[in-house]
Parts: sequence; C-alpha cells; structure tokens
Amino acid sequence: MPKVTTLAASGNQMVGEAFRQAEPDVIAAYPITPQTAIVESYAKFVADGRVHTEFVTVESEHSSMSACIGASAAGARVATATSSQGLAYMWEVLHIAAGMRLPIVMANANRAIAAPINIHCDHSDVMGARDTGWVIFFAETAQEAYDNTVISFRVAEHPDVLLPVMTTLDGFITTHAMERCELLDDETVKAFIGEYKPKHSLLDLENPVGHGMFANLGGAYMQAKLAERRALDNAAPIIKSLGDEWAAICGRSFDMIDCWGMEDAEYAIVILGSAAGNARHVARELRAQGVKAGVVRVRVFRPFPYAELAEALSGVKAVAVLDRSDSFGAQAAPLALEVYTALFDAPVRPAIRNYVYGLGGADVTLEILHQVYDDLDKLAAGEANPGLVYLGIQ
Amino acid sequence: MATIKELAATPDRLCSGHRLCGGCGASIAVRQVLMGAGDSDVVVTSATGCLEVSTTCYPYSSWSTSFVHNAFANAAATCSGVEAAYKGLKAAGKIPADKEIKFVAFGGDGGTYDIGLQSLSGAMERGHNMVYVCYDNGAYMNTGIQRSSATPKGAWATTSEVGEVLQGKTQKRKDLVSIIAAHGIPYAAQASVGNWKDLVAKAEKAFNVDGPAFLDVLAPCPRGWRIEGDQTVEIARLATNTKFWPLFEVENGKWSMTPVKEKDLLPVSEFLKAQGRFKHLFKPGNEALLEEIQADVDAYYEYLVRRCAETV
Repeated sequence: MPKVTTLAASGNQMVGEAFRQAEPDVIAAYPITPQTAIVESYAKFVADGRVHTEFVTVESEHSSMSACIGASAAGARVATATSSQGLAYMWEVLHIAAGMRLPIVMANANRAIAAPINIHCDHSDVMGARDTGWVIFFAETAQEAYDNTVISFRVAEHPDVLLPVMTTLDGFITTHAMERCELLDDETVKAFIGEYKPKHSLLDLENPVGHGMFANLGGAYMQAKLAERRALDNAAPIIKSLGDEWAAICGRSFDMIDCWGMEDAEYAIVILGSAAGNARHVARELRAQGVKAGVVRVRVFRPFPYAELAEALSGVKAVAVLDRSDSFGAQAAPLALEVYTALFDAPVRPAIRNYVYGLGGADVTLEILHQVYDDLDKLAAGEANPGLVYLGIQ
Repeated sequence: MATIKELAATPDRLCSGHRLCGGCGASIAVRQVLMGAGDSDVVVTSATGCLEVSTTCYPYSSWSTSFVHNAFANAAATCSGVEAAYKGLKAAGKIPADKEIKFVAFGGDGGTYDIGLQSLSGAMERGHNMVYVCYDNGAYMNTGIQRSSATPKGAWATTSEVGEVLQGKTQKRKDLVSIIAAHGIPYAAQASVGNWKDLVAKAEKAFNVDGPAFLDVLAPCPRGWRIEGDQTVEIARLATNTKFWPLFEVENGKWSMTPVKEKDLLPVSEFLKAQGRFKHLFKPGNEALLEEIQADVDAYYEYLVRRCAETV
C-alpha cells in the first residue's frame, strides 16, 4: 500500500513534487508567470541535493525547449515548464520535439496570449500548440495536475508512444490556489514511473546515431509525419491503460473524459480545465429543480477522445461547448470544433451552441453558467442558434 | 600540438561523399577542428545551414559519430542540453564517472552572429563544457547569399545589392570574438582554414579547456564570394595577410595574435579584388569606399594589438 501524505498545496507545488519524484536527468527552464513556482521549487530540490538533476537555467523558452531536445536526444529523462508567451516562443521547437520523437514532459500554466498582455488564465496558449504533435492533458485541480504529470512520464517514454507530453493546469486558478492534495510516497511513484531506457542516445558512441536529419524530397518527410500521426493515435489506449494503472495505485479514477450526470442528461456542457467545477455546481442546482443537466470535462485533448465524447453525448438534446480560447475566423472555437467532429457521424445529433468564456481570467460566475443551460433549453425548444457567443459580455 | 602525421591519423568524423560544394570552406573547417579533438569521443551538434543539409540527407549521413540537428537559432542551446544530459546521466550513475565525451556545435555566421546569438550567449554564460564553432563565410549562403552581420562592408549580397545609389553592404562586420570573449569564458579565438596549423592548435586548446570555448573560423564560400573552388585556402590566407582576418585568441583573458611576417603583409585591396563580390569597389567613383574599408581594417587591427598589449 502506498503511503499518502495529505497536504494543502498549489498546483505548481504538486507538479514540482511530481517532477521531483520522476527525477529527470535534465530540467532546462525559464521563468514565466504563473508557472515560475514549479521551477523555483525544483531549484530548491537541486540546491538541497534531493535530486541528481542537471538544472539548466536557460536564457529563453526557445532555448529551454532546444536544450530539452538536445538532452532528450542524448538519452536523458527531461522535463520543463512554461506558460503563455513562453509556449508561443517555443512553437518552432515544439514541432521538432515531437517530430524527433523525444519523450519530453512539459507542464504548462494555461495563460492568455498577448495582445493585450494579460497574465491570467485561458487556453489560448495551449491551443496554439494543439497541432504540434504533443500529447496534451488538461487538469481540473492541483491533485489532477499531479496525477497527470506522474502519468505523463510513463506515456511519453512508452516505447510505442515516444512523444512529448504537455501536462497543463489553469494559470493562477489551479497553479496558485491551495487545495487539499494527496502526495504518494516517493518509492511508489518512482516504481510506477520506472527507469527510462533510451533506444537511440547520442551518448551511446559505440552505436552513433543521427537526430534531426534532413528529409527533403523523396517521401521520407511524409513517412515520418505518418509515423508521428500513428504514434499519437496509438497513444490513446496506452494513456487509458497507464491512467488506469495509476488509478489503481492512487485510488482516483482515470478517464479520457470526466462525466457528471451524463447517464440521463438532456442538457450538457463540454468544458476543459478548472471551470468544470462551477459547471457541475450549476448542473447540481438545476438537477435539484428537475432539469437533467450534465457536464463532460475533457481531460486528454490530444489524442482527442472522439468516440468517448460521442458516446457521452448520445441521447442529449442540446450541448453547450465552452471554450476558453478562440480560433479567429473559424465558425467555432477549438474545443467546439472537436465536438462537432465527434458528433458528425452520430445517428442523432444534438443541437450545439458554442461559447467563449473566461478569456484572460474573466470570471466564470454561476450566473453565466445558468444562462448557458437556459439557452440550451431554448435551443432544444427550437430557438435559432445565434452561433458563437462571448459569454457574459455579448 | 600533434604532428601532421598524427593529425592525418585522427578519425574521419565528417566523411567524404557529403554534398557540400567543391572548395567549400565549411567542410575544411569542420574536419580540421575535429582533428583538435584527437581520439576522444565527440558528439556533434549543427545549426540549420549548408553543413547540416549537405551532410545529413536522410537516409544517409556523412557523420561517423553521433550528430544532432535541431533548428537554426539553437545549436548552442541544443549542444548545452546534450552536455547537460551527459552530466545528469553521470550523476545518476548511468554513465561511468571516468567516461569522457567532448561536445561541439557548428553554425554558420547567420546561425551564430545573428539568429543564434542569444542562444550562444546563454550557453557561454552558463559555462557548459562545449566548443562552439562558427564557420564564417560572411553571409547566408544556404539561402542564396543574403547579407548577415558577418558580411564585410562593401560586399555584394542578394540583400545588400549594388546599384545606382548603393555599393553593397553599408555596415561593418560585427566583432563577434570580442563579444564572446567578454563573457569571460576560458577560450575564444579567431582562426582560418588558410592556416591549418593555427586552426588545429586552437581547436585542441578549445577542446581541452574546462568550460566553454568559441572559435570563429573564416571559411570562404566559392559561390558567395564569387571565387573558384580551388582558391578557398589561398583567399583565406590573403584575408589574414591583408589584416582583414587577423588570427588571434583570448585565453583566460589574455589576448594574443598569430603574427604575419612583415614581408607577407598586403593592403586589403589585394583580398578584395580577388573576389567577385567586391568587384564593384574597383570601379571609378568608389575610391573613397576602398579607403574607408582599409581604414576600418587598420583600426580593428590596432584595436587587437592594443588588447594584446593590455593583457600581457
């Protein structure tokens, strides 16, 4: 049985603990709000000699991901953390990390992207990295940020995956708020994560390798991209199975999507991250009034759980997809685009409304969530769908 | 320093059969620098550029040792990550404590003076035990001869054109070795493929210091300089003999120059007129520009003499 320490901790602190337990050989990181506490806590572990990690304090996020790529190609277990502009600054090398099939784990404190500059929560940063080939987790709570991060190392380093993994948590709301959390003992976590045994290390000079070679014309580039797509597709059952393995140890269930009230829901909200708690609270209030409300929270965004989502939404009259980012010029925002895709082949499609909410940390009040369910009721009754709406201000 | 016979016996880490142009200074620079590593294990990092695209055409590789390419701006950061992995894995006991590996990164002048400067500065400041080598041909040759901050004043390039009102690049070359030396690293040097003995000796020093080392190696590009492929070494020598490219080093803060024999010294115009990229400078009306270039060259040389005298 694992030893469990119950503590009051922030999400950043819990990610720091998960990193300490995974004990990467290299962490290369750069400060950015609201992620910095993760690498600060790690710097203390290094200073106290609690970890063997080579801690590389780079001069930019482009260099932090670049150094992570070099270190991972050299066969090290590697982690880093970033947020917002930092993630955007890494964009070029995010693709390279995935294309080179390097199992780097990165925490992202989800934060708005400038302009206007804003340090608070939304998902615009992660959605900018949506198509870079990374596995992407969204945590709702500090506890889940910990669990996702622990699982991330196993997923990334799994020989049939070998892809970088982004373990994300909502800026300030989850990174900074204190919650009741459970930390498992080091021995248990280390045994779960296991040792990373690289297959193609630069440092294995008996068997020299080339990483990042030039695949120009001739089809090799497209073959590499197909392999990358397959790796991410194939990651889905592996994530589920490793999540279940961790769930059996920690006692917290793991699902690609987290459903509340969906057994008989007629009106559902689909959402990512920390605001799911408010959505469930409102759904619970509505249930007390006899409204069959439900909430689906997507925990794994890449690979996206289309089948699970379609299954969860079958039988629902109307769905509200709540997006904490936008895709300007598109008819729907990023999460809604996925929901439309998931439901396209459904025998009976529910009505779907798309809302953009909480950008730059704008409050997600119970009132506006009530408004969403009210809208769904009207939509199901045949009222015209106004298209994408900026919730609370439009 | 090793004898020429010993150097000839060092492992071929960049093998023949690569696709760099005939007479390319980059491959000469790389092979001579790697001779400086002797028989040690070496992991090579390269920035995007001619060297990378011409030596790693998948599924082939011209490298007999481990090689990593990441992107354009980040060869130094990537190499620093490789070196950090070596340290981290040693600390974890996964690499034997007595196992020695050397780390070297190559970048062109675009990837070093310009887009990669921040990454390079960071890696030098952090003190990684690595050698960064700029093979300096004074322009973005891989993309088709665009000017960089290493392009000399007056040089034609496809983005510093010669026309009715402009006579090539209007700015001076950035003094990168001084910038890197200012990081206080153990070793920084300017070398050239025109003087193999000086270059290999500097590479040996660079590989043997404990901490970061930097080499800026003049590596003529026949395509970009508008010279013949068999003139590479000759023109690199002219660069030094005309004081355009002084050979110097900064070893633990001490500056010293490799002297040029008085009888070999020539005016900079001898270097310029040997290359098509400067031919417009010799047309009537550009006399003042030629004088200005000579004055710049003299001033930089005097600056180096002063630095050497100051740090005896």
